[in-house]
Amino acid sequence: MTEPDEAGGPGVVIEAPEGAPDRIQPPISAAARPFWDATRDRRLVLQWCRACERPIHFPREACPRCLGADLVFRPAAGVGTIYACSTMALPGNAGMAGRAPYVVALVDLPEGVRVLANIVGDGAPAVAVGDGVAAAWEPLVDGRHLLVFVPG
Amino acid sequence: MRAKAAIVGVADAVSPTGELEGSVRALEVQVIREALDDAGLTIADVDGICCATSAGWAPSMELAEYLGVAPRWTDSTVTGGSSFEIHVEHAAAAIALGLCDVAVVVYAATPKSSFKRGGAGYTSRQGLPGVTASAEWELPYGMRTPMGAYALAASRHMAQYGTTSEQLAQIAVDTRRWAVDNPKARLQDPITIDDVLASPVQASPLHKLDCCLVTDGAGAVVLASAERARSLRSAPALVLGTGTCHTHAMISQMPDLTVTGAAVSGPLAFATAGLTPVDIDVAQIYDSFTITVLLLLEDLGFCPKGEGGPFVAEGVLGPGGALPSNTSGGGLAYTHPGMFGIFLLVEAVRQLRGECGPRQVKGAEVALAHGSGGVLSAMSTIILGTEATA
Repeated sequence: MTEPDEAGGPGVVIEAPEGAPDRIQPPISAAARPFWDATRDRRLVLQWCRACERPIHFPREACPRCLGADLVFRPAAGVGTIYACSTMALPGNAGMAGRAPYVVALVDLPEGVRVLANIVGDGAPAVAVGDGVAAAWEPLVDGRHLLVFVPG
Repeated sequence: MRAKAAIVGVADAVSPTGELEGSVRALEVQVIREALDDAGLTIADVDGICCATSAGWAPSMELAEYLGVAPRWTDSTVTGGSSFEIHVEHAAAAIALGLCDVAVVVYAATPKSSFKRGGAGYTSRQGLPGVTASAEWELPYGMRTPMGAYALAASRHMAQYGTTSEQLAQIAVDTRRWAVDNPKARLQDPITIDDVLASPVQASPLHKLDCCLVTDGAGAVVLASAERARSLRSAPALVLGTGTCHTHAMISQMPDLTVTGAAVSGPLAFATAGLTPVDIDVAQIYDSFTITVLLLLEDLGFCPKGEGGPFVAEGVLGPGGALPSNTSGGGLAYTHPGMFGIFLLVEAVRQLRGECGPRQVKGAEVALAHGSGGVLSAMSTIILGTEATA
């Protein structure tokens, strides 16, 4: 289930570079369907355990602390801080052909989880550990969006 | 279980060309035969089989069938490059409990020659995307695997502790100094820090020479009880202590990119052995990337957390250094056929036997072999000693 979303509207769209192949499309695990459904509206939601009152990422069928199943999705602020980052000199897979160099980062969200994503847009090549970033969305082929981040 | 079991036979098949003739199965059989012969045992003595990889779904079962062995103890644990340290830990425990008498641990892979023949090279991390967590949460972002994960760890360590590319490069320089004295090593020419820094950046901040090789290679070790070891052909390397810990599978789930499970496995191994890091005469520390070694030196207690950069900067790991490490030339210069853990064990045993010729660490009585698997995911520490340390 997803609790009512009172936070902000749809996030900014970042289109893939002109002529770029489709990224490898993420499958949808059963536990993460509400996460992916929210990305259709470019909204970032995170799974929470109501027993622990702590966020969970990636979404699971059970809380990785208490193994409880009282789980809910709640909106996230859509901002973060770069925990670690690396520029790929060559594409990591065929879905990223033509995009290198590009930045892969671990981003800490203020809710208390860490996500892997690309840093894209103006200023992306210059980002460093500790920099602030904001969530953005790259369209996927099935109407979902992929979470990415843009500098501060 | 201190000193209840020993590594009694070892073998490696590695070529300076980086390529080997023959199938993976043929290479496995070759190194098993050689390791048994090294111990003065035969395949008829083997009643325990460990194997991490196979073309099918049941590595130890398929290998045992191929060998014509019906083992009473079996282990297909796969944690990537640390699989073989975990196999040794399990086998030593099994032998101590009487679950088996003689156990074989083996690995072979031919990614380099496979790639040249039009194959996919090393494939264990290149399966088709399915509904796995990594396919859903990491693969779409195109992180180079495994290199990108280690680059992220390096970026974090640099930001948090001020570690420099020059300090990481020193690890590659010292490892190469050992490879100069290993005629089997793929890369035998000495290098400088400038050479490392001038090599292309693959995934910042890691340069090409911060990264391990892709070669063919095979290795095997044979374990038996300490008691039986005393009547065998080669001097035993007693298993003094072991420890294992895995903390995550995906790099995005690693709790702290500057602290690995070696901070658990190392103290466990030292406690069982009744030793501390200052007792280690020679170390084999999985060098998939230079940053791997730096993190593991800290986590294993050879220097405080965050001080790995200054610790390695003076050449402590190289010939003549205070902590001779990766004396084969390591994954950076000797061989790296996808999973390097078996070769850490082979070299540690040979150092304890005094068989290493020009790269021999004089008087080595206690050796550490530390395997790392996945993306800093699965850690396993093995401490070995000569008969004098029992």
